[in-house]
Amino acid sequence: MRAGRGGDPAATVPEAEFRSYYGQPVLKPPVWHEPHMPVYLYLGGLSGASSVVAAVARFSGHDRLALAARMTAFAGAGLGSGFLIAELGRPERFLNMLRVFKVTSPMSVGSWTLAVHGGLTAAGAASAVTGLLPLAGDAAVMASALTGPVMATYTGVLLADTAVPAWHAARREMPFLFAGSALASAGAAGMLTTPRAEAAPARVAAALGAVMETTAAAIIERRLGLEGEPYLRGRAGLLMKASRALTLGGGLLATVAGRSRTLTAMSGLAITAGALCTRFGMLAAGKASALDPKYTVVPQRDRAAGRRLAVVPDQEGGSDTP
Amino acid sequence: MAERMGFFTDSSVCIGCKACEVACKEWNGVPDDGFVFRATSYDNTGQLGADTWRHVAFIEQDDRWLMSSDVCKHCTHAACLDVCPTGALFRTEFDTVVVQADICNGCGYCVPACPYGVIDRRERDGRAWKCTMCYDRQLGGLEPACAKACPTDSIQFGPLDELRARAEARLERLHADGVAEARLYGDSPGDGVGGTGAFFLLLDEPEIYGLPPDPVVTTRDLPEMWWWAGGAAVTLVGAVAACFLGSRR
Amino acid sequence: MAECHPVGFQWVMEARLRGAKVFHIDPRFSRTSAVADRYLPIRAGSDIVLLGALINHVLSNELYFREYVLAYTNAATLVSKRFQDTEDLDGLFSGFDPESHRYDPSSWAYEGDEESEAETDEMREGGGQHAEAAGSDSYGARGAGASARPPSDPTLRHPRCVLQILKRHFARYTPEMVAELCGIPPEDFAELAEAITANSGRERTTAWVYSVGWTQHSVGAQYIRASAILQLLLGNMGRPGGGIMALRGHASIQGSTDIPTLFNLLPGYIAMPHAHRHEDLAHYLEMEGADTGYWGNRRSYLVSLLKSWWGDAATEDNDFCFGYLPRLTGDHGHYATVMGQIDGTVKGYFVIGENPAVGSANGKAQRLGLANLEWLVVRDLTLVETATFWKDGPELETGELRTGDIATEVFFLPAASHVEKEGTFTNTQRLLQWREKALDPPGECRSDLWFYYHLGKRIRRRLGDDEIDRPAIELTWDYPEEGEHREPSAEAVLREINGTGPDGRALSSYRELAPDGSTRCGCWIYCGVYADEVNQAARREPGSRQSWVAPEWGWAWPANRRILYNRASADPEGRPWSERKAYIWWDAEKGEWTGHDVPDFDLRKPPDYEPPDGARAEAALAGTDPFIMQSDGKGWLYVPSGLSDGPLPTHYEPHESPVLNTLYARQSNPARRTYDRPENPYNPPGSARFPYVFTTSRLTEHHTAGAMSRSLAYLAELQPELFCEVSPQLAAEVGLVNGGWATIVTSRTAIEARVLVTDRVRPLRVQRQIIHQVVMPYHWGYGGGGLVTGDIVNDLLPVVLDPNVYIQESKACTCAVLPGRRPRGQALLDLIEEYRHG
Repeated sequence: MRAGRGGDPAATVPEAEFRSYYGQPVLKPPVWHEPHMPVYLYLGGLSGASSVVAAVARFSGHDRLALAARMTAFAGAGLGSGFLIAELGRPERFLNMLRVFKVTSPMSVGSWTLAVHGGLTAAGAASAVTGLLPLAGDAAVMASALTGPVMATYTGVLLADTAVPAWHAARREMPFLFAGSALASAGAAGMLTTPRAEAAPARVAAALGAVMETTAAAIIERRLGLEGEPYLRGRAGLLMKASRALTLGGGLLATVAGRSRTLTAMSGLAITAGALCTRFGMLAAGKASALDPKYTVVPQRDRAAGRRLAVVPDQEGGSDTP
Repeated sequence: MAERMGFFTDSSVCIGCKACEVACKEWNGVPDDGFVFRATSYDNTGQLGADTWRHVAFIEQDDRWLMSSDVCKHCTHAACLDVCPTGALFRTEFDTVVVQADICNGCGYCVPACPYGVIDRRERDGRAWKCTMCYDRQLGGLEPACAKACPTDSIQFGPLDELRARAEARLERLHADGVAEARLYGDSPGDGVGGTGAFFLLLDEPEIYGLPPDPVVTTRDLPEMWWWAGGAAVTLVGAVAACFLGSRR
Repeated sequence: MAECHPVGFQWVMEARLRGAKVFHIDPRFSRTSAVADRYLPIRAGSDIVLLGALINHVLSNELYFREYVLAYTNAATLVSKRFQDTEDLDGLFSGFDPESHRYDPSSWAYEGDEESEAETDEMREGGGQHAEAAGSDSYGARGAGASARPPSDPTLRHPRCVLQILKRHFARYTPEMVAELCGIPPEDFAELAEAITANSGRERTTAWVYSVGWTQHSVGAQYIRASAILQLLLGNMGRPGGGIMALRGHASIQGSTDIPTLFNLLPGYIAMPHAHRHEDLAHYLEMEGADTGYWGNRRSYLVSLLKSWWGDAATEDNDFCFGYLPRLTGDHGHYATVMGQIDGTVKGYFVIGENPAVGSANGKAQRLGLANLEWLVVRDLTLVETATFWKDGPELETGELRTGDIATEVFFLPAASHVEKEGTFTNTQRLLQWREKALDPPGECRSDLWFYYHLGKRIRRRLGDDEIDRPAIELTWDYPEEGEHREPSAEAVLREINGTGPDGRALSSYRELAPDGSTRCGCWIYCGVYADEVNQAARREPGSRQSWVAPEWGWAWPANRRILYNRASADPEGRPWSERKAYIWWDAEKGEWTGHDVPDFDLRKPPDYEPPDGARAEAALAGTDPFIMQSDGKGWLYVPSGLSDGPLPTHYEPHESPVLNTLYARQSNPARRTYDRPENPYNPPGSARFPYVFTTSRLTEHHTAGAMSRSLAYLAELQPELFCEVSPQLAAEVGLVNGGWATIVTSRTAIEARVLVTDRVRPLRVQRQIIHQVVMPYHWGYGGGGLVTGDIVNDLLPVVLDPNVYIQESKACTCAVLPGRRPRGQALLDLIEEYRHG
């Protein structure tokens, strides 16, 4: 009957004292579904990084890798669009995304980017498959190397630009996490779809991406404190741990994967699985973070208390971090 | 643009009759949200959502029974509106924030963006819904249904400036009467959302009522986020380029 | 009030904003308590102890408004030598007959009146056995048997003057008794007593507001009497900001008392004639009421009513058809009717806009009665439980009834709702407000007016020339009909109620009513509602465009007076008691009463008017007698006649109570009505098996038995399930969990409810023990077209009645509480048996 004090005795951070309305969430959790949204996030990142790989490979003479990455970029964008549309409450109104362009809406920026990027990768892929207009195809790939990085990183902003504490607090690291994961994914895809002999850059990309992703994740966990707790607990915690193991393991394997098909497959699949776990884990952590009022109330109270104590008036509305 | 209109909800005179909830649903044709006994005092509604645009909270304390009617805050800096990719959410001539149901494609992005947990997607029709401050009634020169139905004037509707002045006077009176715990919530243009179009007089900490103690519009940090994303994007390109170093054919 | 009358409560909130202090005294901490300045929990059924102690506090500390009390109440009046108080007889008044459990009230009379009462056998019947036909109620309105000028002692010292009797009677009602019986600590009592006395007098007034928490007791009428005594002593009657406000349970309950649905009254509180006591009109008029005060004009009121009903057929020669009126033969109240159904003496039943299977006490008895009828007509908005008991009543589950065995023919007739018909609502303030029709009723739904009018027409078509049919044949039954369904004109009915003069024009005041049959009036107190041929009830002048009394909003009976007995707002000389509380005063220059309201007094009767010998009606009252309906023009602190259970309020425990009455040797109201029958078993007195007090209540979200709210999603979702409110202490004692289930057991049945554990319900320390109270709203039933259903709380209640008005004691009985859901079928009956007999 009472609005009570919350908290889990097994907490890893010192227990936060707070009050709430019957323990109910203050925020609405993200409504996005599984697997739609996490898979889209993975595919978008894969496509984005792959298009960069495709462009660099194309103009550095790695033609097999370039072709594979070009096709991967197209497939990722195409499939990803499908998942994204399926995620909408009213999928038939997908085109409403292109009614306006709003830089204040990462979803809008992302939609336009996806539309352009999808078109470019499709053109690139079509040219490669049909052999028609090769110059235009190459130009499309070049252009997609510009949209690709946006594809791979805007999703970090997409999640961070919400009231979800675990996401918003991680707004600095999140783009790097997604970029790293995208790079690893693209590398993994390249490894899996290109003859080993020509896949060395892909293996490097996989390893580098894995390091980048893991580093970003570690910083999130270390820097965020209470708001980072959802990444460590429950289903999200399991997914993030699995992600780390798979990504690091896959990345390590990538450094030696040139030796055998088995190692290549193991590495590529581990990294892919890790990247998926990251996306599922991020969504799960976001939901958990929105559903427990502690993550909303305690940091905000601390912030407000800090502001009250602060002497300097321009500290008003300072950082989110406790 | 016409004068900014708003709600002042004075919880110190709320009697918890829920007429606001019913009037809102009647006028706006909002569906019921199920027949569930929640065992949370007299609150069987729970929270604001797609099917609840007014929600009366009931809080039992030692000698008090607090009641307060919650509603969309119609923020000055509204995250839901900022992040809406379709333009379905717009700011009206009354400076309120309204979803256009025929444009919303149900992307759901506004839902986690709201720092108050107000707007929600109705799974039945896949669109986002929330209080419109009875935009249609306002266009017809009428006050919103909830304010009209409120028997004790706990919900007051009017030009926001007037309401803020009235709220200040009410707060002073309560403080003079020894109700030291009375406070305004959402009235300050200096807060994290630039002040709210619907603000409140509360008798305890906001979180007791299920309200965030210090909400900030998430898009305040958006420029910073884009910079970090840009950095990540450049890093990505650089990293890819690095991968090919030394393996040039 | 906030809980059940949220719209009216806005004025309480406004008063608070203006500085009024609001006390809320209730067993249940409700929404009202939440916004009151002070909440005092009280044990259900103990209010007379509290009110009596307040009266004692006022009397023993000389805090009463002496000038007011002396001039305007019967404080100085001497009472018969034969009168013996509960002080003398340890809880009984004189005149009690232990065999019939009834009082002969003749010894309660004023000095000098008792002989006349005892004069003839016939008159004695009118005293000793008047309760038989609920005559007490009509006597109460009338003040029969009291002289206009009884002997008095203005020094208030005579031991038999009312004030001294009062002092002695209430002396034992002390703050200590309040603590012992109500559970209210002395310091809280002191705060309340200080607040109401400080806020009463020349400059200030205090108002009391009550609802069925006061009336639904076996001694309910005396609760109100106790409050009336307090208000009279403090000078709070007939003055702005004072009075006693009765909150009614439904829209227009006041209206259905004025134009009554009560078996013992005719419109305007005129007593229904009795089959054996009254022979003809003259005899009836002679017996029913005093000749002094406004009831002295009762011939005008009754003859005008008879002329209104029978028109030209009513003549001086035929007693204006007085013989056509139905007659009482005894108690025809709701519960007597139900017992008659079970016994097979009542064969048919009209249930209109009511749902006794859910809304009345002891639902099982109600349904057993319904199952034993030949025919039943139910008119309602939805298929209420009363119409469907034969297919889904709880007795089918237990095997006490079988659908195949029930021979009752049930006619369900869909009714129009209040927005689908026009008419008036009369609120508790006696304010008539006209309501326009918003839309046509759907399908075959029809208004009650349509139903009765066309039923009457059809019946009249079937009648012949028999003498017995003449009352119906000659009845005026000719309203204009409108629309395709031939809806009778409600305005024409209102105009008929208002009445017409010899010229056929609408009358403007009851003062115009004549005793000779030249005027017609359907309800004398409503005369003027159609003055100037205008529907005065339809007036809607905004408050901002008229005085603060707002006389142009609707129309208040009588004569559009907003405060009754408002002569009392001025001092005996006719000057306002204070500038602050000025309301009505004597304008010596103009030679008339004037003020903010319509004076409730003869406009030109000066304050110094002394009635000549032999004066009748209003002329028999002095210029200082504000209570013009009483035979002596005084506010009655002491009631010499008209009540069935004593002239003064006396605390008796509820019929079922876990505590002993430590005030008197009498545990419960000796005159209460009980029905010792198999269908109506009582919890054994003092039984340890039923240790808890249980009281029923309402919720803002629902209306009465739920037919109008459980069927609406927007209301049903707000309170979807029946629940019981229990304190954390009781929850721990019994093993209840918030959100879980509890079973509540009485000797009638057991029901299940969800549990709400709350600090709002406070265990009370009463007689050195802790008393736990269980609070349950009664809005649920098994069907009734409801989106949500639940067990019927009123099934738990016994039928035990107040002897004055036959209201059931629903607000205090005892129960047992068990964790978990109730057993089903035979197991439920076994559980009850086990509890009943240990």
